[in-house]
Amino acid sequence: MVVAVEFSAVSRHYGSVMAVDDVTISVAEGEFFSMLGPSGSGKTTCLRLIAGFEQPSYGSIKIFGKEAAGTPPYEREVNTVFQDYALFPHMNVMNNVAYGLHVKGIAKPESYKRAEQALEQVALGEYGQRKPGELSGGQRQRVALARALVNEPRVLLLDEPLGALDLKLREQMQMELKTLHNKLGITFIYVTHDQGEALSMSDRVAVFNRGRIEQVDHPRNLYSQPKTSFVADFVGTSNIISGYLAQQITGNNQPFSIRPEHINIYTNQTKVLKVNGEVADILYHGATSKIEVAVAGQLLSMVLSNTEFTEEQQPQIGQKITLCWSQSRMVMLEN
Amino acid sequence: MQSASNALPTANPLLRWFGNTLFRKNNLLLFLLLTPPLLWFGVVYLGSLFALLWQSFYTFDSFSMAVSHDLTLENYRSLFDATNLDIILRTLSMAIAVTLACAVIAFPIAYYMTRYGSHAEKGFFYIAVMLPMWASYIVKTYAWTVILSQQGILYWLFNHLGLGSTLNHVLQLPIIGGNTLATSNLGRFIVFTYIWLPFMILPIQAALERVPTNLLQASADLGARPAQTFRNILFPLVFPGVVAGSIFTFSLTLGDYIIPQLIGPSGLYIGTMVYTMQGSVGNMPLAAAFTVVPIVLIFIYLSLARRAGAFDAF
Repeated sequence: MVVAVEFSAVSRHYGSVMAVDDVTISVAEGEFFSMLGPSGSGKTTCLRLIAGFEQPSYGSIKIFGKEAAGTPPYEREVNTVFQDYALFPHMNVMNNVAYGLHVKGIAKPESYKRAEQALEQVALGEYGQRKPGELSGGQRQRVALARALVNEPRVLLLDEPLGALDLKLREQMQMELKTLHNKLGITFIYVTHDQGEALSMSDRVAVFNRGRIEQVDHPRNLYSQPKTSFVADFVGTSNIISGYLAQQITGNNQPFSIRPEHINIYTNQTKVLKVNGEVADILYHGATSKIEVAVAGQLLSMVLSNTEFTEEQQPQIGQKITLCWSQSRMVMLEN
Repeated sequence: MQSASNALPTANPLLRWFGNTLFRKNNLLLFLLLTPPLLWFGVVYLGSLFALLWQSFYTFDSFSMAVSHDLTLENYRSLFDATNLDIILRTLSMAIAVTLACAVIAFPIAYYMTRYGSHAEKGFFYIAVMLPMWASYIVKTYAWTVILSQQGILYWLFNHLGLGSTLNHVLQLPIIGGNTLATSNLGRFIVFTYIWLPFMILPIQAALERVPTNLLQASADLGARPAQTFRNILFPLVFPGVVAGSIFTFSLTLGDYIIPQLIGPSGLYIGTMVYTMQGSVGNMPLAAAFTVVPIVLIFIYLSLARRAGAFDAF
């Protein structure tokens, strides 16, 4: 396995603010690697450290084995797709895409030919003569992608590239990015705060919180085996049970997570854990209903299928019910 | 029943009718708002300009020193006489030199203000740039006559640095030189550049402020070295600001009549020529014709700037 990007104990401080705090990651060549986290968690700073817009305060960043810390962006074999595209407003689309080739001294006929191919790759072959201002958000997004890809980077950095698009377009672009990644076989490093996006596209996801990495794992493991309560809560929804209630249920106060879809209404199952509570709220979601149950002062969420439980069979607000789940579904979290 | 506090204010019915009419007819409001400034602009500003233009076609009898209302192109033809053409070229070359110098000096200052200055530093720079504009222009020019004189601080500084002879060598150069700094074209150039510099810094700074940082980062990301980023991205995007500033420095130098009188060698400028012609000589038609020269030059300059793409960046 060739390592594309490697962070060793990288920190980035702004005065006393730790934007990135002792981060160590290693991204393999050809991997679709996502950095997920809320805003201000350090994920974008990490991306900018790879691109070279920021320099680390401590630690080493290697790109294909070569130390990158201290080198400027124009000497790195990576290209970035910016959050707000950063297309050059005074150049037409063709010149925007060919820019990277022009500044590297590639002759115009050759660079325009390659720019045209890149534009065709993102289905914008006809738009070369337009100015960025004349394009829609989705089209600008594709131009930004073509402008980065035409340079044939070994690592493509994407900084929340779909953030400004509407839902339908976003889903379509997710598919296209995934297809593109499979076709090109280069490393994608993708920054997002949208856990759905990260889970559906990535080979691996790093979850960031307050400048640190909470967990790096495959999407499935991240969801089924979160290591910390932050990950359990940020990736999907989860009931995180700690303190007194955890003591009541498991006999010790180590916190644990249980997903809403794994909680059932107790009938007669064996080998389950049980708790008593009172229905506090019911939210209808179409195929499912979300039931909020107050248990010892804490609200637990559970999901009931509306095809399995008819309206009459469903509990009512204020009703006392017993919840249960199988012990194997519980995920113990770090304290 | 409606309580008193909820009721609409009972205005004078006439006022209310007027207000409602304005609300419905937007164009009427626009008309009322724009009429006074348009009248001012049309009558006072353009009117006087046209009156001036018209007078440039009057005939001046150099024997009787009287102006007659016979229309002639003679004033414009005489602009191309050797002495008059000399005045125009002298003024034009100074205007170009001052504009270039202002642009070269202003850009780094504006760039520092925009990209690196902290909030406090920015404030300091704004005041430092604007402060000289609070002082009277004439006072500043007189101050420079003292600074540039042989007993002045510049000579003192050069002598103490042991560069006195270098300065004298520079002053012996043709065109820019002269007997002293205060009577040389170099001195005049320094004063012009100093006086008009703020008018160049502020538009460039405003233009730089509008260039998003991520465009420069995108350029570097795509492999452009800093010089390439400057040439391909930053300069084209800031160029309208440079042009805006240069319109000030260029036209203000073309029209100035104080600095050429107080500093530098003898020899008339367009401004001093107009001043002399309409004042002591009373040749209003030629003065008017001379006034048209800067207008035409600015016009040519703007169309060149437009062709260079100064106005299609955004």
